[in-house]
This record gives sequence, structure tokens and C-alpha cells, in this order.
Amino acid sequence: MDKEIGREIILEHFQHPLNKEEIHDDRYIKINSRNPNCIDNLDIAILIEDSTIKDIKFMGEACAISTSSTSIMIKNLIGKSVKEAINYINNFYHMVNEEEYDEKVLNEALCFQDIYKQNNRKSCALLPYRGILKVLEEYESK
Amino acid sequence: MHREDFPMLNQDIIYLDNGATSLKPKSVIAKQVDYYENYSANAHRGDYDISYKVDLEYENTRDLVRDFIGAKRKEEIVFTSGTTDSLNLIVNGFFANLLEAGDEILITKMEHASNVMPWFRIAGETGAVIKYIPLDDNYFVTLENVKASITPKTKVISLAEITNVVGDIRPIKEITKYAHEKDIFVVVDGAQSVPHKKINVTDSDIDFLAFSAHKMLGPTGVGVMYAKYELMQNIEPVNLGGGMNESFDSPEKMVLKEVPTRLEAGTPNIAGVIGLGEAIKYLNKIGMENIEKYEKNLRNYFIEKLVSIPHIDILNLESDSGIVAFNVDGIFAEDVAYYLNKYNICVRAGNHCAKLTKDILGVTNSIRVSLYFYNTESEIDNLIELLKDKDKIMKEMI
Repeated sequence: MDKEIGREIILEHFQHPLNKEEIHDDRYIKINSRNPNCIDNLDIAILIEDSTIKDIKFMGEACAISTSSTSIMIKNLIGKSVKEAINYINNFYHMVNEEEYDEKVLNEALCFQDIYKQNNRKSCALLPYRGILKVLEEYESK
Repeated sequence: MHREDFPMLNQDIIYLDNGATSLKPKSVIAKQVDYYENYSANAHRGDYDISYKVDLEYENTRDLVRDFIGAKRKEEIVFTSGTTDSLNLIVNGFFANLLEAGDEILITKMEHASNVMPWFRIAGETGAVIKYIPLDDNYFVTLENVKASITPKTKVISLAEITNVVGDIRPIKEITKYAHEKDIFVVVDGAQSVPHKKINVTDSDIDFLAFSAHKMLGPTGVGVMYAKYELMQNIEPVNLGGGMNESFDSPEKMVLKEVPTRLEAGTPNIAGVIGLGEAIKYLNKIGMENIEKYEKNLRNYFIEKLVSIPHIDILNLESDSGIVAFNVDGIFAEDVAYYLNKYNICVRAGNHCAKLTKDILGVTNSIRVSLYFYNTESEIDNLIELLKDKDKIMKEMI
């Protein structure tokens, strides 16, 4: 992805994050993702029905990279089956960790293609993915 | 000033995180290397010449610390691993034996974790209660608010002399005078004050003081606990073992050495302690009054320029120390720090280990610039130039 376009996508999702709202609904599984080395602190709520991700919302305080990464992740995950979602998340991890990955799966999230060059920001991009992967894997193994 | 003494400044960096740790001058580094290369024996084992030299150097630092903080006796100085270790020793070695259920511990919501968490635990264990001194509109501690917070149950007031976020200089001497009239102990966290201003524990009459070497040009892993001599006798060692015992035959028969050695179990951080002595000599050469004055001027220079930037919100405009906390409107503190890092400017972003402050400041996070005497107006100019342009920050922070 072109660097300038990538930067614009990140900024857009930071300034106008999607699905940033509080949720009070017991059907949602709640996850707190914190980065121990910095101050990011995100609450994510996910609704899974019939092995499909119906909705995700998030709240919290986080840097531009974490916030936009969360917003983009949610946009990409809603509507996916749990299996597809896990595949998407694994591809994102591979991209950030400089391993082989499938570009087609990630679409907009490719704006974080170069994040590996800034070691101290990798954990920001990955922050929302950590908790959610665990929830999805647990759902799969049930 | 004195920038040529600091090897770290040969790099192309602007170091503005002195509240976290300070840079080290060549003489402090050389003093430790000298120990490791030329007389690297253990302390308190003076059976041979080089070990005797270790004792002399180690104890010489104790004399230097005593004079530096204006203590009466060298026995009032205990070497620890840092402020955190010192505060834990004060709380667990002294107050654990004194506090009873219902007793009140007075702190503020601006304190660093190390002046909060040990008290939280001891409160849980003894049934003592934590009370918070209310802060004024500038987040300062005033004598009036201290007076209003004291009850017949107050046993101890524990305060940073300068807090690490707001950077206000607390009226410790006045607070102590009033507290002592009510038989209340005063503990001072000196981590942010001892490196930056003249301290005199005899004049201020405080009961306990904790500070770290690494924030005052010294090595990491070394700190000091000061206690008045008569109180020192009542501090139970938290650690038992080598170096601090006279003899031991059975659980009933353990004879401990006198203070301060009794409170320094195990081989101490010898190189670190000796390095601290050298740091004190260096600071004395410049003069603490000069350092204080220089930093105050530099702070004013910085603040004057910073207030003129419309998108900057300064959290501690009225403070007097070299600590300036601020936010850039609409931008997360950490993103600003990342942006400045691209220009080799080192600042801290976050909650600065003072997690109760959010209740008071209404913001969880901020950017903190903390100055020392080797910082310059031209470094401030560079920083201001980068902060002025919000579009540039937005563009380059990611």
C-alpha cells in the first residue's frame, strides 16, 4: 500500500473511529486489552452468534496507532465467521512480525504494512488483536 | 551548563526525561570503573589493603550524604537500592510495628506509586486507614489543607517534596512543624527534590527521607534512607543475613549489629554507593543553589514560549520545579512522544507511575518534560519549534 494513503487511513480511523461506543448488553463478550509498557487501555465487546461475528464495539484511551488499528480490525471482522476471523487475525500478526501473509485477506489493515520498522509501535498495532484472538479460539474449541 | 562532562550528550539527543533518570558525568562513571578495576573487594572485610580501601570509600559516601542532606550523624544514613526500597523499609520496618487499626495515614492523590502502594498494603494488614489531603486549584498541598486533614488518629504524613507529575514544591518544613506538635511522623519522598534543590533534614526536622542516586547523576540501583537517629533504633530490618549480624546460635539467639549496618544485609551495591559519593561531590562543586536557580530560569523560559501555543494545555502552569506536564489538544500523549522521538527528543508520556492523579487532573495521561542543569535554552527552542505546528505533529506522529 502506498505510504501516504496508509497514513491517511490511519489518521482517518484515529480521528473518526468506527464502532466506538459503550455497550450494555450481556450477550457481548467483554475483553480488556492493555499494553503494560504504555498507557493504552481498550475495552472491546464482541457479539458472536451461530459462529459468526455479528458486532463489535470498543471504548477506551489509546494512541493513534492502537485506536486506528482497533477501528480497522472491527470493520474487517464484523460479518466474518469465527474461522475467517482467526485467519484474518493470524495474517495480521504475520504481517506485523515480518512473516509471510496473504495481502488479500487484510485489505485496509495493510496500512500497517511498515509498522515493523518501528519496534516500539508494533505492540500498539497488535493491542486489540490479542484479547480478541483468545476469545475466538476459545469459541472454536467449544 | 557543564554539558562537556556528560558523554551521553555527545550523541545527537535532547534529553528531557530527568524526572525518570539523570545522565551521568564522566567522573561518576570513572569512579565506578576505578573500583572494579583497581580495588574490587567486598566491604566490611578489612583484612587486607584493598578491602580496607573499599570500606573507606564506602563509608566516605555515607559522610558525603550526611553533609549533603544536613543530617546530624552518619548513622542516620542507610544505603538501599533506591527510593522505592527506602520507602518500603520505612513502612515495613518502622510503621508496620507502630500502626494500629483505625490509625490514619495521610498522603495525596499526586503521590508516586512507591509512596502509595506500601501504605496501601500496610493499611490492609494493620487496619489503618488511608486519607488524602485535598489539593488546591493548582493541585498543590497547602499547610491549611494539611491541618484540616489531621485528626487525633493521624499517625503519619507521607509526601513527596516535589511530585513527579505536577512538580509543586511542598512546604515540608511548615507541615513538619505542625505535625510534630500533634505527635505525627513525617516521611518525605525526596526522589524529585534531592537532585534539584538544597535539602536540610535537620532544619526541616523531617523524620524520614527517601531518595535515589540515579536521578542525581549517580548510578542506578542505589538509594538512601534517612531516619532520625532515635527512630532508626526502632526500625526492624526487613532483610536478615550477611554483614548485619554479630552472632547467631539459634532462633532465640540472634545478635544484630548497630545501625546503620543492621539495615544493610548482604553485600551492598559497592560500586554504586561509591559512585553516589562522586555524584554528590560533582553536585557540590556546581552548588545546589545554582542548580535550583538555573532550572527555575529555564523553566520560566520554556513556559513563556509554551503558553503562547494555542493547542497546548499546560497542567502545572504555577509550579516552580523543572517539571512541566502538558497535552497537545486532540492528540494522545504517547503519539506526541513518538513524534518528538523522531527528532531525537526524549520526553516521557503516560501517567508517570502516579495513577491516582487521574481522579484529580481529569486526564490520565500527559507529556512530561523534566529539566536538569545540563539542558539549554536552545534545546527548548528546538522543542517549541516542533510543538508549534499541530499539522506537522499529526502528519508525523504515525
